[in-house]
Amino acid sequence: MRSTAHAFTENAKRAVEDPQLKRAMGHVRKGFIEKRAKARARLPEFEALRDAGREIKDHTLAHLDFYLEHYEKTLTAAGGRLHWCATAEEARAAILEICRQAGARTVTKGKSMIGEEIAINDHLEANGITPVETDLGEYIIQLRREPPSHIIAPAVHLTKDLVEADFRAHHKQLPEGRSLSEPAELVAEARQVLRQRYLEAEVGITGANFLVAETGSSVIVTNEGNGDLTQCLPKVHIVVASIEKLVPTLEDLNVLLRVLARSATGQEMSTYTTLSTGPRRPGDPDGPEAYHVVLLDNGRSAMIGSEFHEALRCIRCGACMNHCPVYHAIGGHAYGWVYPGPIGSVLNPGLIGIEEAHHLPNASTFCGRCESVCPMRIPLPRMMRHWREKEFERHLTPASVRTGLTLWAALARRPRLYQALTRIGSALLGRLGKRGRFESLPLAGGWTRFRDMPAPEGPTFQSLWAEQRGTPGGTSGGKR
Amino acid sequence: MTDDRPSVGLFVTCLVDLFRPSVGFAAVELLEQAGCRVEVPRAQTCCGQPAYNSGDRADTKAIAEQVIAAFEPYDYVVAPSGSCGAMIKDHYPALFADDPALGPRAQALGDKTHELISFLTDVRGLEAVAVTWPGGATYHDSCSGLRELGVKAQPRRLLESVAGLELKEMADSEVCCGFGGTFCVKYPEISNSMVEQKADTIEASGADLLLAGDLGCLLNMAGKLKRRGSGVQVRHVAEVLAGKRDLPAIGESRGS
Amino acid sequence: MSGARAAILAGIRRGLKRGALSGDARAELESRLAGPPVGPVPDRSRANHALPIDLFESMAAEVAATLERLPDSEAVPGAVARYLKANNLPAALRLAPADDLQALPWDSEPLLSVEAGPADPGDQVSVTGAFAGIAETGTLMLLSGPAGPTTLNFLPDNHIVVLRASDVVGPYEAAWERLRARNGRGSLPRTVNFITGPSRTADIEQTIQLGAHGPRRLHILLIDDRDESAS
Repeated sequence: MRSTAHAFTENAKRAVEDPQLKRAMGHVRKGFIEKRAKARARLPEFEALRDAGREIKDHTLAHLDFYLEHYEKTLTAAGGRLHWCATAEEARAAILEICRQAGARTVTKGKSMIGEEIAINDHLEANGITPVETDLGEYIIQLRREPPSHIIAPAVHLTKDLVEADFRAHHKQLPEGRSLSEPAELVAEARQVLRQRYLEAEVGITGANFLVAETGSSVIVTNEGNGDLTQCLPKVHIVVASIEKLVPTLEDLNVLLRVLARSATGQEMSTYTTLSTGPRRPGDPDGPEAYHVVLLDNGRSAMIGSEFHEALRCIRCGACMNHCPVYHAIGGHAYGWVYPGPIGSVLNPGLIGIEEAHHLPNASTFCGRCESVCPMRIPLPRMMRHWREKEFERHLTPASVRTGLTLWAALARRPRLYQALTRIGSALLGRLGKRGRFESLPLAGGWTRFRDMPAPEGPTFQSLWAEQRGTPGGTSGGKR
Repeated sequence: MTDDRPSVGLFVTCLVDLFRPSVGFAAVELLEQAGCRVEVPRAQTCCGQPAYNSGDRADTKAIAEQVIAAFEPYDYVVAPSGSCGAMIKDHYPALFADDPALGPRAQALGDKTHELISFLTDVRGLEAVAVTWPGGATYHDSCSGLRELGVKAQPRRLLESVAGLELKEMADSEVCCGFGGTFCVKYPEISNSMVEQKADTIEASGADLLLAGDLGCLLNMAGKLKRRGSGVQVRHVAEVLAGKRDLPAIGESRGS
Repeated sequence: MSGARAAILAGIRRGLKRGALSGDARAELESRLAGPPVGPVPDRSRANHALPIDLFESMAAEVAATLERLPDSEAVPGAVARYLKANNLPAALRLAPADDLQALPWDSEPLLSVEAGPADPGDQVSVTGAFAGIAETGTLMLLSGPAGPTTLNFLPDNHIVVLRASDVVGPYEAAWERLRARNGRGSLPRTVNFITGPSRTADIEQTIQLGAHGPRRLHILLIDDRDESAS
């Protein structure tokens, strides 16, 4: 997808003024958070599982070359084909080639964020192949020609009336009198339409939540069953996955599965967890005849050993955005590229460049709620701060901010001057702000446009303290 | 004259110094009641968060070095703010982790640095205050204090001991108010959306008094509540615990 | 794309500040693969708390699966016929081509049309076995193979699963252990399906709807074979 991350400020302004979006985001604010809290409360081992999960991911990343090679061996032994792709372009080319060889005209797709990252739908379409998203949320946004606004709930920014309007506009066979006002009716309608598409498709593309080195398997975790129909009906199954999805063994997978659904939707376990290992075996009555894994790097290997290394632990549960008050205020589209929310603010600058995505790591209050719920305990605020440091080092910070900061810092390093100036400033503002607050203040428009500015009480603490206690201050105090 | 009381260097914080000195004096009173000798080093300005959160590591370190030198002589460093407290306690040691000279000094300072209310309860064992404050209050958990320093139960425990005060929990008290330091002026629309949401939950709590432990958040929430014409008063929790009822609430003046 | 392979592996090693692993370091990882550490296992899945079938039943009910306990496998055809009738479903089903399922006394229900094989798009009802039931989360574990077409688990609207009580285990670990006992370590069937309740979606306004693409109903027939195996 084309990035609009550089226009984040304008995107966000539009988003906060969108009443429909506000209504839709209300569901996120409540639903996901309460459900996760309940699931966590029910499992006394939850925190221990988070620690164990983090260790598994750390161990895997520290030996990723070994596990990738082992995975290649087990996958190949099971009859699968592995396609190593350093860039999005290579991945697109590999997928197109497989589809062409299969003579594909229609390709069904399970939900895949890597698919979004490499913009595979546009590429297939441009080459005369019709991609059909089968996850309900993805299907809806494909009709709307929108990117997903959430990594596990792609249509979470929409309300049901908008979905109804989309179905009426696109489903030509739909009788006019047919009621579509309830979510159940909308689900049934999509189910019926997509049934046909599963059967037509020559190729099914899914993502992967995990790749298991021990067995050469790819794992998808879903609720609808669309991913399974996508991979068991067509004659070719393509998995697109990035290199950090590796886990060593089934035991390790157990640990991660136990935290994934609980962190994501608050389910104890998602409805369908499917391990796929190679193509159809001799004697199998169904299943794909060919099984390909398109393995994507796209900048991830460069994150290893960097300050962003730990972000590769992410299992894409979405808990960070579900709990992010900034995400709640602006929704996912405002972020302007594939990954929204706190994890997006950490990943996107690395994937599309800090120049393009410089706003994202800045658009956080560092409230830390994301880190507190991240099952892999990724220090998201710390990483956003690292991006801000890179931005500052490379002089990408706006000149006005930089100058202001330099002046302020120079002052903050000269306590006497600082206190002399603040004494004058606060006394002046205190006298002007007779009502106890200002409704507008020069240089503080960002603040006073939306709220009053409480006035200083009067003299600064330091000047009052000096008067009252008359202590010389300095660093002479202390008891040693 | 000997003085066996532990010495506390009060880190006033720039916002308290500038906007609400009474919070500093309330902190001094509470610390003295808890048996501490309080001093206020003159060589303090700010903890460096504006620079730190803007990616300016060099200036942050310069400011931090100054704070370390100014506060090293005391037994404890106490700040009436979770975010400044966490800055000194957690982030200074991280900033100097690779510095053989300053690293251990930053760590030592961090180890003895505390947010005011948790210092009173967890270090000094304060369990109650002897003040009266009639009315219903709701408490907002400021993010740094809550998530970096574990300040949650401590202020509530002390508030429960205030005669006449009824604690009315708001929904989502742990959700950020949208202040975020420079965030609120860099992204005013997002910040506003967040503080609107916060003001809704504050008003829905039915409390007539909003309390928190960080002046930045308080200025933000008070500014929004006043702009909305809300009657909810806003104060730093230390003002209530020190019984400073004569002091006008934040954003109000005598007689308003 | 061997260029990409080399570049990716080299990039990883550069980040890790080392070359390819060899010797002891490699041997250590090989031995971890052969005997991995087991993470925290939820206490509730341990058998000493409750019989795993009781926990399985209650967890399955939470995810909107229905379950009927049967005294023996002979009772399956009758139970299937009753279930279809109660839910106004046609008396026709697609049966997994497994010997034990095909050997059931289907003749005792002459009105039932039973055909074995993978699913056709028109099939309304499938009946399959299960390799295991996992009490921890009320999850069924189904394997692909000549006796287990995967399409039966997803294409028909109604999925009936015949599960033996002796195949119900506590945690996921126990299910893998059973599979490894059968297949050996490091080797899985083409598809392993963990199924926890019927298909669902919450993609529209976060309200849960059953039957998004997979089965709207998941019905489990739990055969109480424990006494048989114990005595």
